[in-house]
Amino acid sequence: MPNMNDILILLPELYLVVAACVLLLLDAFMTPARRGVLHWLSIGVLLIAMYLVVAGQPEQTVTAFNGMFVRDRVAEILKVFALLSTALVFVYARPYLIDRKLYVGEFYTLTIFAVIGIMLLVSAGNLLTVYLGLELLTLSSYALVALNRDSSLSSEAAIKYFVLGALASGMLLYGMSMVYGATGTLDLVQLHTAAVHNTMPNLLLFGLIFMIVGIGFKLGAAPFHMWIPDVYQGSPTAVTIFIGSAPKLAAFGMAYRLLESGMGDPSIAHHWQQMLAVLAVLSLAIGNLVAIVQTNLKRVLAYSTISHMGYLLLGLASANSEGYAAAMFYAISYALMGTAAFGVILALARAGFECEEVDDLKGLNQRSPWLAFLMLLVMFSLAGVPPMFGFFAKLMVLQAAVNAGMLWLAIVGAVFAIIGLYYYLRVVKVMYFDKPVEGTEHKPQADVSLRFVLSLNAFALLVMGFCWGPLLEWCKSAFAA
Amino acid sequence: MIDPQLFQLICFYAFGAVTVGAALGVISLRNTVHAVLSLVLTFFSTACIWLLAEAEFLAIALIVVYVGAVMVLFLFVVMMLDIEQEKVREGFIRYLPVGIIVALIMLGEMVALIGVRAMHAQTMGENPATAMGVSNTEWLGNALYTQFLLPFEIAALILTVGVVAAVALTLRHRGGARHQSASQQVSVNPRDRVRLVKMATEYPASVQPAPAQPSAGDQETKP
Repeated sequence: MPNMNDILILLPELYLVVAACVLLLLDAFMTPARRGVLHWLSIGVLLIAMYLVVAGQPEQTVTAFNGMFVRDRVAEILKVFALLSTALVFVYARPYLIDRKLYVGEFYTLTIFAVIGIMLLVSAGNLLTVYLGLELLTLSSYALVALNRDSSLSSEAAIKYFVLGALASGMLLYGMSMVYGATGTLDLVQLHTAAVHNTMPNLLLFGLIFMIVGIGFKLGAAPFHMWIPDVYQGSPTAVTIFIGSAPKLAAFGMAYRLLESGMGDPSIAHHWQQMLAVLAVLSLAIGNLVAIVQTNLKRVLAYSTISHMGYLLLGLASANSEGYAAAMFYAISYALMGTAAFGVILALARAGFECEEVDDLKGLNQRSPWLAFLMLLVMFSLAGVPPMFGFFAKLMVLQAAVNAGMLWLAIVGAVFAIIGLYYYLRVVKVMYFDKPVEGTEHKPQADVSLRFVLSLNAFALLVMGFCWGPLLEWCKSAFAA
Repeated sequence: MIDPQLFQLICFYAFGAVTVGAALGVISLRNTVHAVLSLVLTFFSTACIWLLAEAEFLAIALIVVYVGAVMVLFLFVVMMLDIEQEKVREGFIRYLPVGIIVALIMLGEMVALIGVRAMHAQTMGENPATAMGVSNTEWLGNALYTQFLLPFEIAALILTVGVVAAVALTLRHRGGARHQSASQQVSVNPRDRVRLVKMATEYPASVQPAPAQPSAGDQETKP
């Protein structure tokens, strides 16, 4: 029977559930003119949840509800950064939502429900919790993508996302049922031991393959990346920024739980290491090469996401504590870079103007030198130019791959990092060296909170390039066993 | 006297065949209503297989919830929408060869990997409900509210998200639509609605003594 102790372990999640319901009710009784209260309240709710996660973190790994829920260092770090990046999303999204008449309470509630899904997913100790956490996250995301229901592009993106997402969930569930059939357990800890002494290794591998398909889809790794460009382009930018940040942390958490906690024994790990290596190479190749020919900025960033997931998979494929720490470090750095990149797009967009095309940035330096400089920082960090945050994240992942004896994989990663430089630097070139297009001269809107937080976010990418040590130590401490 | 185990096996294969056949019907029948009806048959025979596996509650729930409620709703929607069947089936023939190849490869892999050929499919151990000496429903209820409490609650949360999403995506405040405001109606004051006016008594036209037509001119000058 669950007791008080279980509930205390689950406190941050329970708090968020209650807060989301209260926000939902507040929204129903509040006049639209006072929605600003809801906005700041939502950000406050996320920050308090962050405090609860950190303050209530037990020294040892603890489990609750019969091992369904695990609270360890890995979950703590992922939750902190998922909550942080969602709070950033709320700050950046507000002017965009107001301009497009999408400034509704449901945006905040659905996003918070998605965050609850992320938190449950990264803390999952059971295949059931993995699946349900994932469904909570994706179901909220589908609705968010479709939020702009008068736009046909948005509805198309939502339908694509929904159909492919449902297919991927089906694959994952099918794989889980096979694994259950082979081992007779849903608990990840028991699965770890049951997987070794198994009488049906073929069935187990069969299930594993399907689970990796599900993971690949959620990460957006090639060849399961088809949905990413369309969904990134089609959904309102305020939703794209969310989908492009916190759920990546969740996908890493899910991969870690399923692969390391469940199937982490070296006798099985070498199977999925090879599969992840293939996924990584494909993602690096497709992401970086296709991004070169894109003209839509949101699509460029979508393909850049695919390539970044390739680097993340490099770390995961190492299948040792160094590799996991590097991959988590990478996921965190990507979440911060992704919010900053889409944050600049949101800062430039205004009513009737999306700022979606790369050409929309032409001559940005003359119109708004500050935003152009922030975008420069973000692009350098995404490209992995030293001394930015993104450079060290790439370095850690490549180092982990070399140390794990996958030199060829590291070389592929380094080569594609150089190819990727082209399209990141093209954005910088367009901003600084091209003449502005007629009719786009006027200055971007000034939303003080957006500009201030965006500046902090972009400069954090530079500062973290110099003091990445503590964060990396924190990540390493999570996997030191 | 037939061996009960053999009888179970025969039943399993019979229901299994019906399930697969009906599922094929769902995707291949021309008439959408027939497709929905064969989906009902799929659910029904699946429920029968679950009965064989001693999962009585799930079997009944499948029939009550899916066949009784969800599929009836589905049938209404299908009948009301009047879907153009030719349009829906446009890509069917074109993608059929690829689909069949993929399906056959997957079937082959599954059969090879799961080990149907070697006949070493094994039972998952004893039924826990029988081991505890309680009914299937009782055991399920116990498990749901103790061992599986957390997933159960998360599922409830997912349903909440479904409701919120449905409202967010479909609720429209149309301009010009007329609706009643209950609070305004209740808080109304009688004096705002009805005004009592004092006025002289008037008679209906028929009762009123009609003034003589010819003497109209005389009447006017009287006061």
